[in-house]
Amino acid sequence: MSAVTEHVEDHGLVADEADEHHVPTDRYFIKVALVLALLTALETSTYWIHIGGFATPLLLILMTIKFFMIVLIFMHLKFDNKLFSVLFYMGLGLAMLVYIVFLSTFQFFAR
Amino acid sequence: MADITIHKSDAVQVEAAGHDEHGHNDHGPGGAHVTATGLSNNKMAMWLFLGSECLLFGGLISTYMLYRGRQGSGPGPAQVFDIPLTSVSSFILLMSSLTMVLAVNAAKRLDDKNTRLWLMATALLGALFVGGQVYEFTAFYQEGLGFTTSLFSSSFFTLTGFHGVHVTLGVVMLIALAAIIGRGRITGDKAEVVEIVGLYWHFVDVVWVVIFTLVYLIPA
Repeated sequence: MSAVTEHVEDHGLVADEADEHHVPTDRYFIKVALVLALLTALETSTYWIHIGGFATPLLLILMTIKFFMIVLIFMHLKFDNKLFSVLFYMGLGLAMLVYIVFLSTFQFFAR
Repeated sequence: MADITIHKSDAVQVEAAGHDEHGHNDHGPGGAHVTATGLSNNKMAMWLFLGSECLLFGGLISTYMLYRGRQGSGPGPAQVFDIPLTSVSSFILLMSSLTMVLAVNAAKRLDDKNTRLWLMATALLGALFVGGQVYEFTAFYQEGLGFTTSLFSSSFFTLTGFHGVHVTLGVVMLIALAAIIGRGRITGDKAEVVEIVGLYWHFVDVVWVVIFTLVYLIPA
């Protein structure tokens, strides 16, 4: 006697449903875009307002915040299936690792 | 005797998921294929592609970082970069990401008119960005910075040129998608197609976020 149990979860419909429930509204995206525009204005202001040695770390922090805001919210990674995050972060992590090693080999950071 | 257990609500979902009159059940809501992982293969392929693109742009950015101080007798970043112009270009590209998500949301609401409108707005902003880049390249060339002038110029033009080609391809994809939607030629899940093109577009934007900071704003 064979037991066949079908669950719709196996076909991933539940994951799709969860995704549907977390679609942000247009207003939410406009707010995020305004924050991104503000951060860009802050970045650009460092060209005219000289803050010395703080400029580079500040710019790197702002860049990272903008990067993840776009990836998580605009690209929907925050609301989507985790497997998509794994695929993207694997590529990103590998790229960062390889090129940090590459630049270290050329003593880029020692300059 | 087979013991088949199918929950009633699940059965309804399976039916809604795409049984056609021929009894085929390999399509989900909106015509998307139901896969073993439960996720769209097309979307997964796009994420894999974007992951691999990280390696491409990582290599180009790293090479630029290594050679940005090697200007030889030619002009360097401080002499040629026009930060106000590039800031405006960056803002334009950033806003194109907003119009893209609005297109995706409109597609999810099955609102074809607004989907096409936002897609065309995104394409227009993308074209403006490419126009700004062409203007910038022309100005640099007139100032004596050619592709083979120095290691700095070669790595700079290669990096920003590759990015520009990606934006141009994105603009072509957006215009083509708007036209295809207008003719009603998309047979599968329309919202997913718009979302996949959107993923590519946002990636192009996110790469520019990195380039703008590392190449233009952080002094060599």
